[in-house]
Amino acid sequence: MIRRLLRNRSAQVGLIITSLIVLTAIFADIIAPYAYDQQIRQPGLRRRSPPCIHLLGCDRNKPQLLMGLDSNFRDLFSRVVYGSRLSLQIGFLTTGAAILIGTLLGAIAGYAGGWIDNIIMRVMDVLLAFPSLLLAIAIVSVLGPGLINTLLAVAIVSIPVYARVVRSSVLSVKEMDYITASRALGASSARILFLRILPNSLTPTIVAGTLGIATAILDAAGLSFLGLGAQPPTPEWGLMLGEERNSVFNAPHLVFFPGVAIMITVLGFNLLGDGLRDAMDPRRRV
Amino acid sequence: MAQFVARRLLLLLPVMLGILLVTFVLLRLIPGDPCKSMLGERATEEKCNAFRERFGLNDSIPVQFARYVTRILQGDLGVSIKNGRPVTDVLAERLPMTMELAFLATVFASTFGIALGVISAVRHNTAVDVGAMIFANIGVSMPVFWLGLMLAYIFALALKGTPFQLPPSGRLTAGTDLPSLLSVWGMEDAQGLQRFVVLMLSNSVLLNALIQGKFAVFADALRHLILPAVAVGTISLAIIARMTRGAMLDALTQDYVRVARAKGLIERAVILKHTLRNALIPIVTIIGLQIGSLLSGAVLTETVFSLPGIGTQVVDAIIARDYPVVQAFTVLIAIIFVVVNLIVDISYAYLNPRIRIS
Repeated sequence: MIRRLLRNRSAQVGLIITSLIVLTAIFADIIAPYAYDQQIRQPGLRRRSPPCIHLLGCDRNKPQLLMGLDSNFRDLFSRVVYGSRLSLQIGFLTTGAAILIGTLLGAIAGYAGGWIDNIIMRVMDVLLAFPSLLLAIAIVSVLGPGLINTLLAVAIVSIPVYARVVRSSVLSVKEMDYITASRALGASSARILFLRILPNSLTPTIVAGTLGIATAILDAAGLSFLGLGAQPPTPEWGLMLGEERNSVFNAPHLVFFPGVAIMITVLGFNLLGDGLRDAMDPRRRV
Repeated sequence: MAQFVARRLLLLLPVMLGILLVTFVLLRLIPGDPCKSMLGERATEEKCNAFRERFGLNDSIPVQFARYVTRILQGDLGVSIKNGRPVTDVLAERLPMTMELAFLATVFASTFGIALGVISAVRHNTAVDVGAMIFANIGVSMPVFWLGLMLAYIFALALKGTPFQLPPSGRLTAGTDLPSLLSVWGMEDAQGLQRFVVLMLSNSVLLNALIQGKFAVFADALRHLILPAVAVGTISLAIIARMTRGAMLDALTQDYVRVARAKGLIERAVILKHTLRNALIPIVTIIGLQIGSLLSGAVLTETVFSLPGIGTQVVDAIIARDYPVVQAFTVLIAIIFVVVNLIVDISYAYLNPRIRIS
C-alpha cells in the first residue's frame, strides 16, 4: 500500500510539501533569523518596510528581510517560519482529539445499536447541521477568545465526521463470521470492539484525518482572523493576516505571505489526503 | 412524490428541535450576565431585575425554552436585547445582502465549476486537465479572507484606472441614493408579514434598484458584489469542478455513451445530453452541500469587504450576547440547510426518473 501511495502523483507532492513544513517547524530556531517578537529598529528602516533581498539587488547595508517588516518592526519571515509550528500543532492536536472522541462515540453507537446509537448519531446530525466555522465561532464565544479555546472549538466541530466514518465501518463488519467466532471463543465486548472491529476503520479514519488537518488549520486561521483565536503577539498566520488587513493597500506583503503560508500548508495536507484515499480505495487501484 | 416530500419534512423536525436546543443551551452557558454586558458594568441590581423581568430571563430554563419554541412557531423571533428592535426587522435588514452574495457566489461557482470539470474530463490527461486540477487543488486550499484581500488589492489598487477596476468595500458608492420601498410605496405603517416582505425586497439593493428602475444603481451594487462573490465562490468552484470531472469520467465509460457515439451523434450532444445529464446527481449534491461553506465564507468575506450582512451581524451578536438575534440566525441557518437538502433530494427525483418511481 505504501508503494501505491508513493506512486500517486498528488501523494508525492503532498508528502514533499508536508515534510518541508514539518522540517521548517522543527528547525524554526535555525531557519528564522530573528525571534518572532523581536523588533528590528535601525535608521532607514520604516515600519511595514517591503522585503529586502540582497540577491535581488537590495542595498547590502540594509539587513536582509525576506518578507519585509510588519507594523511592529518585526521580521515577517521569522514570524511566518515560527507560525508553521503553531499551525501544525493546531492541525494535529485538534484532529487527534476529534479522532479519539469521534472513534469512541462512533464505535459505541455502531456496536451498541438501538437507542444509544440513535441518541449519539442524532446529536452528531445536529452538530453537522451547522456550518463548521459558525459553530466554532459560537463555541469560542461561550468559552472566550484564545488559542486553547479555538483548539477545543475546532476539535468539537470535527467530531461528527469521525464518528460517522467509524460507525459505518463498525456496522459493516459487526455481523461477520469472524466476529461471531471471536464471541463464541469468549472474547469480551471491549476486546472484540478494539481488536477485531476498530482496525477495519483505520484506513478511512486516516484519510478523513489527513483532510481534517487541512480543514482544522483553515478554520483555526479563520477564527484568529476574526480576533477570536490566537492573541497577539502569537505568530499565528490567521492572526497576522487579521492584524494587518488594513495595510493591504500600502503594504500588501504583510497580507500576502501569511496567506501563502496557510495555502501551501493546507494544500499539502489536501494532496496527501487525496493521495491516501486513492491509494487505499480498491476501486481506484485499476 | 408528495408523500416522499412529507416524510422528509417530518424526519427533519427532531433535528430542528435539536438545533434549537443546542443553541439555546450553548448561549446560556456563556459566562457573564447579559444585563451587565447590555446596560454596562455599573447597572444597579434594581435595573438588572427589571431587565431580566422584561426579557423573561428570570424564569427557569425549560420554561424559557418552551416559550421560545412556541413563539418561533408563531413567527415571533423576539426583540434584540442590544437595541430593542424586533429581530425580524434585523433579519430583513441583513439577510438580503447575504442572500445576494450567496446567490451570486453560487451562480459563479456552479457555472465555472461545471464548465471547468466538463472540459477537464473531455480533455482527460491533457495539459488543460492538469492545469484545471492544479487550479482546483489550490482553490480549495486558499483561506477565503486572504483571497478576498488579494482580490481587493488587485482589482481596486493594481488595476486602478483600467476598465477592470472594482470597488473593494461597501454596498454602494457613497452618495448613491436608493430610498426604501416602504416610503416609495407609502407603507411606513405596514405590520407583520407584509412589512417583513417589503423590507426584505427593499433591502435587497439589487431587487430594489430593479423595481424602482434605477439601472445605474443596480450596476453599481452589482459591481460592489463581484469581488466578494468571487472570493466566497472560489472554494466551491474548485470543489464543484473536481466533482464534475470525476462524475463525467465515470459516465464517459458507460455503454450508453458508446451507443450515443455509435449512432453518430455529434460530440456536443454526447457530452451535454448523455454524459453531463447522467453525471448531474453527484454534482447537484455537492452544490447543495456548498451552502454551508458559502455561509461560513460569507462571515469572513463580509468582514473583509465591510458588507452589512448576516455574517457580520452574527459575530457582533455573539460578542454582545444578544441571545434573541443569535438564536434567530441559528434557526435561519438551520432552515436554509433543511430547505436546501430537500431541494437536493427533490432534484434527484427530477434528474433520475428511477428514484421517482421507487
